[in-house]
Amino acid sequence: MSGRSVSVRRGGRLGGSWAARALLLLPLTFLGLFFVYPLFEIFRESFASDGFSLAPFGDILGDDFFLGRIWFTLWQAVASTLLTLALGLPSAYIFARYDFPAKTLIRALTTVPFVMPTIVVAFGFVALVGANGILPLNLTSSIWIILLAHTFFNYTVVVRTVSALWAHVDPKTEEAARLLGAGPLQVFWCVTLPQIRPAILAAASLVFLFSFTSFGVVLILGGPQFATVEVTIYNLTARLFRLELAAALSLIQLAVTFGVMLFYARFQERSAVPLNFQPRAAGARRPRGRREGLLILSNFLVVLAIVLAPLLALVERSFSGSDGYTLAHYSGLETNTGGRVFFVSLSGAMKNSLWFAGATMLVAVPLGTIIAFALARARGRLRTLADALFMLPLGASAITLAFGILIALDSPPLNLRASWVVLVIAHSLIAYPFVVRSVLAVVRGIDAELREAATMLGASSLRVFRYIDLPIASRAILVGATFAFAISLGEFGASLLLTRPEYSTIPVAIFRYLGQAGAERLGAALAMSSVLMVVSMAGFLIIERFRYRDVGEF
Amino acid sequence: MALLTAEGLRLRYDDELVLRDVSFEVEAGEVLALLGPSGCGKTSILRVVAGLEPAEAGVVRLDGNDLAAVPSHRRGFGLMFQEFALFPHLRVEQNIDFGLRMQGLGGDERRERVADLLTIVGLTGYESRQVHQLSGGERQRVALARSLAPRPRLLMLDEPMGALDRGLRDTLLLELRRILTELGQTSIYVTHDQDEAFSLADRVLIMERGEIRQSGTPEAIFRQPVDAFVARFIGLGNLIEAQIEDREGATVARTTIGDFALLPHVDAPRGRATLLIGDERAQLERVDGGVDRHVTNSFLAQVRQRSFRGRRLTFRVQAGEATFLFEADTRPQHQAIREGDNVLVTVDPEALRVLA
Repeated sequence: MSGRSVSVRRGGRLGGSWAARALLLLPLTFLGLFFVYPLFEIFRESFASDGFSLAPFGDILGDDFFLGRIWFTLWQAVASTLLTLALGLPSAYIFARYDFPAKTLIRALTTVPFVMPTIVVAFGFVALVGANGILPLNLTSSIWIILLAHTFFNYTVVVRTVSALWAHVDPKTEEAARLLGAGPLQVFWCVTLPQIRPAILAAASLVFLFSFTSFGVVLILGGPQFATVEVTIYNLTARLFRLELAAALSLIQLAVTFGVMLFYARFQERSAVPLNFQPRAAGARRPRGRREGLLILSNFLVVLAIVLAPLLALVERSFSGSDGYTLAHYSGLETNTGGRVFFVSLSGAMKNSLWFAGATMLVAVPLGTIIAFALARARGRLRTLADALFMLPLGASAITLAFGILIALDSPPLNLRASWVVLVIAHSLIAYPFVVRSVLAVVRGIDAELREAATMLGASSLRVFRYIDLPIASRAILVGATFAFAISLGEFGASLLLTRPEYSTIPVAIFRYLGQAGAERLGAALAMSSVLMVVSMAGFLIIERFRYRDVGEF
Repeated sequence: MALLTAEGLRLRYDDELVLRDVSFEVEAGEVLALLGPSGCGKTSILRVVAGLEPAEAGVVRLDGNDLAAVPSHRRGFGLMFQEFALFPHLRVEQNIDFGLRMQGLGGDERRERVADLLTIVGLTGYESRQVHQLSGGERQRVALARSLAPRPRLLMLDEPMGALDRGLRDTLLLELRRILTELGQTSIYVTHDQDEAFSLADRVLIMERGEIRQSGTPEAIFRQPVDAFVARFIGLGNLIEAQIEDREGATVARTTIGDFALLPHVDAPRGRATLLIGDERAQLERVDGGVDRHVTNSFLAQVRQRSFRGRRLTFRVQAGEATFLFEADTRPQHQAIREGDNVLVTVDPEALRVLA
């Protein structure tokens, strides 16, 4: 009773020791060198290429072309968010409130899209509703194919985040409202919604963020008429060499994403649910009657349609040639038949990808784990700000990160521009926030009393960390590691900007096929995408095996 | 010399003073109960003694040595949390073993001690259970075993029955008493429940708003509560303002409902005070007509509530502004009384106490 409120208000003696603080220098140095310093260089590039000037901003904000791009980026992100919520919320409700056969499996399937590389998803939708797609519906170069792909990606975020909190809403509060005379709609509006609102807002801001900085999907599916700010920055950098405009545009994008990150950090914290590490079925029950059965069946079909259709279509198309099924697309991946200059074999690209993914994991996991533990102990007002700052690379967009690294790390002593190390740095920046999020959720959920109990049994603060925090967080760290691996494996934007031909990863190799003419090139791209999909699927299986139920946001 | 002494403990959360110069002692081998309503600062005392919370002022001594510089994990105290705080990632035996492992004891010694403790708390065979498979009562036993395992100099229990339901409490309370007594374990037991405190403790400290109001054996406190707060808190609620005077060689408490003659050995200061009328041994008699209202040790009242409790009856009666609760036996005279009846209540002078 009094104990509860006391431990919440407690200032506590069990804060970080000096060793813990010294450890924090590691991520701070990394972020300083590879995130803050490049950002600073972007600032310099945009303001002061020759003397201080706001001209690049003027050029962008005074140009209908750029304004059009910004406007498009905004409204497609809003539309993607609304579409994802519309599909995700009913599923979140069903997962939170009902028990049904194969629930664990179906819920696990909803995670598949999130670990899928953008390039795989893009080609999945090409295979499904492209010019030569399985469905008799050609959405090539329409906005719908982009919105659908964004929904595919982010459906997971909404379902996971919202259903976790929704499962925690006591159904008795709803029953009490019913008995007090509220109709079903009023119950939802006045009782349920206020309780799950933080989760909805957190999920929505994340979906907005991902759609706002979308790159691969738009680059491949958008055709000439649709381009997000992210794609425009890429074009300005890699194709038009207008670095000052790219820098100014990056800053404008960064301002938006930081605002959204702050918003996200605020609601994410409020939607955190206390951990009790036990299977909890409170509030979930078996469906009764035909109506509820149908509801669950239709949810299953939606999951199937959203999650599996593009992926199955991808595999099917990768095997189909001009006359029936064939392995030709796959066998062509190893041999350079056309005698092309930049040819990368599948095995070569795979080797590069696995190497980068492994290295990324080794960097991102310690980085993210240290940050997560530091954030979990942070108190007071700085807490939300620190959270948003450490998560900033998540919102900074792959292209901005890569662009910053490109212009910052090109002179001694940090002349890494030509080294494969830049790719690992960029991938680690993109991946570590996911490690932070999966570890933080668990560490924050550890009851402060567990640490105090260990202390009273004679454990020093180092041993409390070693025997309590670390074992409890270990599965979350493993999940974070798998995320880091999968993200590096599928990362496209930064890789495209930073990679050299000899270090081509699978996604970059796939994209290179598109630049060449011929139907067999698309076939090769589809085949390689299918291989990447299978590898990513393995990552997903590991994540599902080790995550605590309902914990973690992704 | 006392095992533990606390002098002038003061603690503040935000701007609120939760401990105001609290001092007390714990003798080796005794069970001391800290009793008080929630939010009175009981748990804060435990946290300060444990070293989990730095006090603003005050000293905690063990065997006369100041503990200020000794961190929590070196104090050698045990603390059993209200919600037990069992480690969810460890099995039952690993939970109990944790403190032994921290002491760096050898494997055989630890295994033996864990087995002993499981026997003591009656959970032999539960070694490899997962914590979340346990019932509330089993969790409590594991938590007790875990905090006893490293043989703490002082065991502190924070509302250990708080998370359990009523029926379970009574059984576990008896068992807890048996274990603590058999081991001669020096303990501080925090609770808001006077039954728990009185049935378990050798000595009780009653707290309110960060201050100790009274300390003593359960019998002494029950016999002579120091003030109206303590009396009410331990369930003695029949209180009325009184003027204590000497009249014709006897001491009399004059109240708005009548006069009460105190027994010669009752030590009461003259002047304004609070009179406590024990709820036992009162006689109630239905009255219909007029009665001589000046009979000493009795007063007229109206029955507001009557409840039948098997072997006894309780009556809530109102006299003037004041209400009183009396327990009465089930003799026919009492059974005949109904709600709304006017009664003459006669109290036994043995049941009268004067509070400051």
